Amino acid sequence: MSADALAATGSRPDAAGHFGRFGGRFVPEALVAALDELTEAHRTAMADESFRAEFAALLRDYAGTPSLLYPAERLSAKLGARVLLKREDLNHTGAHKVRNVLGQALLTRRMGKTRVIAETGAGQHGVATATAAALFDLECVVYMGEVDTERQALNVARMRMLGATVVPVTTGSRTLKDAMNEAMRDWVANVDGTHYLIGTAAGPHPFPALVRDFVRGIGDEARQQCLDQIGALPDAVAACVGGGSNALGIFHAFVDDPDVRLYGFEAGGEGVTTDRHAASITGGSLGVLHGARTYVLQDADGQTVESHSISAGLDYPGVGPEHAWLHDSGRASYLPVTDDEAMAAFELLCRTEGIIPAIESSHAIAGAAAIAPKLAAELGREPTIVVNLSGRGDKDVHTAGEYFGILGKEQ
Amino acid sequence: MSRIGVAFEKARAEGRAVLVGCMPAGFPTVEGSIAAMTAMVEAGVDVIEVEIPYSDPVMDGPVIQKASDIALAGGVRTADTLRIIEAVAATGAPVVTMTYWNPIERYGVDAFARDLDAAGGTGLITPDLIPEEADEWLAASDAYGLDRTFLVAPSSTDARLAMTVEHCRGFVYATAIMGVTGARSQTSDAAPVLVSRVRQVTELPVGVGLGVGTGAQAGTVGGYADGVIVGSALIRCVLDAPDLGTGLTALRTLGAELAEGVRAPAR
Repeated sequence: MSADALAATGSRPDAAGHFGRFGGRFVPEALVAALDELTEAHRTAMADESFRAEFAALLRDYAGTPSLLYPAERLSAKLGARVLLKREDLNHTGAHKVRNVLGQALLTRRMGKTRVIAETGAGQHGVATATAAALFDLECVVYMGEVDTERQALNVARMRMLGATVVPVTTGSRTLKDAMNEAMRDWVANVDGTHYLIGTAAGPHPFPALVRDFVRGIGDEARQQCLDQIGALPDAVAACVGGGSNALGIFHAFVDDPDVRLYGFEAGGEGVTTDRHAASITGGSLGVLHGARTYVLQDADGQTVESHSISAGLDYPGVGPEHAWLHDSGRASYLPVTDDEAMAAFELLCRTEGIIPAIESSHAIAGAAAIAPKLAAELGREPTIVVNLSGRGDKDVHTAGEYFGILGKEQ
Repeated sequence: MSRIGVAFEKARAEGRAVLVGCMPAGFPTVEGSIAAMTAMVEAGVDVIEVEIPYSDPVMDGPVIQKASDIALAGGVRTADTLRIIEAVAATGAPVVTMTYWNPIERYGVDAFARDLDAAGGTGLITPDLIPEEADEWLAASDAYGLDRTFLVAPSSTDARLAMTVEHCRGFVYATAIMGVTGARSQTSDAAPVLVSRVRQVTELPVGVGLGVGTGAQAGTVGGYADGVIVGSALIRCVLDAPDLGTGLTALRTLGAELAEGVRAPAR
């Protein structure tokens, strides 16, 4: 990438929320006032030392960060690379998402709003939002596709235990994208007292920048931990990409380190040459979805195409606009990982390290395995790769059990 | 004079508001939607708003979304929408197109403007495109002389209101309530306030949408607005009918009631 593009990363997005030709606001006028209010609240909060201190204290005392950077030696031996796992799976609620919801809950309170709404696919963001809402005593409504409420009944129960109202969405394809549509509709109607606590670094400005700012601690911590633990920066950073919040969270601190390669691994499903995948960058095209210009899975008429991934958290037909921009600028590389490759990596991490990863995060492990030999050849030595282990796999036990055929009395 | 302005001029001369009726293209089928829109014109609807069905219509309530889903499941394409616009424009009623932005970007903004012009369309209502993101559309609509209607909302600041109407041509669309499309038992108190705010910054006609479903409501809204925009209530006539013929009959009845409503305004 050019020096200019690199130099400009710190100031992305521009004032109107554009990352190059991506991002912006493609929303009903009725939401613009709320987005402006949120932009201003975000700006002043990030400049307010007491806000930052409160956020930092919550992350430390409640969420359990900084998360460990763990040298996975047995996995390293298998991959032919020195692998350091950023253990976001050890955070409260089991994933990086707690960082985002705590940040946005603090902002909600700062704006004087008393109700949060959220969309959720598998239920992880819904559970995280319900958690923060309980902690902050906010009313919480979670929209979830009807198909997903059936597939993820346990997470529905978790949200309800935490006091949230779960609304099954019966429109469209009845999955994550429709849950997002429904949340937007709720927001348009109730914008005065309600904050839309969006779950990933996508959507209209300021959400992509705002979510990134709340999850960037992942990379800030990992970068410092690398310097402390191995005395050097890694050769590469790897993360899975659905909407892209965990990847942006770990990339951001390294964007201005030109020798650190950034890899985002998209859900290749049954293969990007089939119509069953969720790889918006490697298998999609330029479009507008959910308020931003980005890469989208769409047909010839611009209708959104249903995505597929074995990982519900990556099963989304768009991607955050900053990733689209990092791809276009060449600063990060995006590659697909199939369902089967991800599940092989899932099993590998279970068996080598005694860690059951989220299937989302398994895509990052699989991706690291794929790039390790290439990096080794290029560098002429064993590469060091930081992998964002963005979430734990407890929620995926049923899916994985079915995949491996190990449910029931006999194996 | 903008293309759609003629309809507003004519109604103004008659001392009434324009009745705008909305129907998704291809609902329930391509031919069925042409029949439905033609029936609306015959019943006295002044302007037909053809909505391009879209997979993710965040501004629309359940009725329009369901109709759009039916149209998409039937395989309607953007090119079909242009054919429908051409057929309905042939009735002599002005046809305005309402569309989410992605189908237009995908078609090509300039190419769509060219083909919309050729089909006899008057312009676009763009519910998820704000002027700040509309450079390409501003240029294309100028090049082909098409009208462009951006939305204003009760939450729009005065500065945004002025900026938005400055970019409109034809008419301004005032979203009467903070919420999605769909008939409601009461129209909004916020609407007259919004309309008068718009009037302070433009001479353009102001259409009010979201929530109108009866002749009486049309009369009330026609009392302060230049255009009364009705969607879900008309669409439901077809959606709830056991067959298209029954639906068209219901559509004619409601169309006539609404047309009477705008002619007996509660001024």
